[in-house]
Amino acid sequence: MSALPLVLTVFVACAVEAVEALTIVLAAGLTREWRSTFQGMAAALVVLAAIVAVLGPTITLLPLTALRLVVGALLAIFGLQWLRKAILRAAGHKSLHDEASAYLREVAAAKAAGTSSRGRVHDWYAFTLSFKGVLLEGLEVVFIVITFGASQHNVGAAVIGAVAAVLAVAVTGILVRAPLARVPENAMKFAVGVMLTSFGIFWGAEGAGVSWPGQDAALLVLVPLVALVALGYTVLLRRPRAVQPASAPTSEEVTSP
Amino acid sequence: MRRLRSIGAFWYDFVVGDDWRVAVIVVAALALTAVLVHVAGVNAWWLLPVCVFAALGWSLRRATRS
Repeated sequence: MSALPLVLTVFVACAVEAVEALTIVLAAGLTREWRSTFQGMAAALVVLAAIVAVLGPTITLLPLTALRLVVGALLAIFGLQWLRKAILRAAGHKSLHDEASAYLREVAAAKAAGTSSRGRVHDWYAFTLSFKGVLLEGLEVVFIVITFGASQHNVGAAVIGAVAAVLAVAVTGILVRAPLARVPENAMKFAVGVMLTSFGIFWGAEGAGVSWPGQDAALLVLVPLVALVALGYTVLLRRPRAVQPASAPTSEEVTSP
Repeated sequence: MRRLRSIGAFWYDFVVGDDWRVAVIVVAALALTAVLVHVAGVNAWWLLPVCVFAALGWSLRRATRS
């Protein structure tokens, strides 16, 4: 099987999570202090890299059938979570994730928090905000990198997709110096949900002993089928009027200490 | 103990998410597929997709009604 779907899926999933992490890092860095923010971000990236370095090679030691059964089940469950949220958002039953309003909320909280230093970290609040943001958003990517990469015995290709996405978002963020509010996050999450669910079904069933008609070519039918069913549910559940996005703090709330 | 519980809650929320029924249906469908393949000799490749689509529809219906 080509590594292209693996790299593309990890790239898009990682890009979505990196956009959300960027919002938190920007709020911490621009409002508080860049040095502590970078320290927090670097610490989180080291933890994430360590998880991939330890779990990636370990999980590939499992027998392929058992690996595909477990990973397939996890990917299907995880992918359905993404798909479910993306459909509810697209159909207007859940507010769309709004990076601009999330940024304003983080800025307001960062301005209100006190300053304290610990060890080499000058601003502990900026450090923890950045660390938690990058770690929590990154865990989903690590999960996808390990499960997807291990099932294809190509964790390296998955890591390349993830690193490329982080670099692309980071460079864009440095150039724009603002949250990437125009990124179509929900459409990207929908696409990732479709891929994770499709591969989860494929590998899970293979792990359970199924022989797919057409072998690997079955994915060429399965992926569009999952996408069509998800789109069908979106159309069926679409509300006449979209839900208003979560209320953002006013400029007065944001600028007040 | 409280920390262990919160770590467990985090991983449960991380993997299973908002609707545990979806996870149960996926696991049950995989188990049934394995039984059909290894015990009854039926190549039940169709079972998991059908169960996944049904689980997703059911979960969405519940979410939009609540």
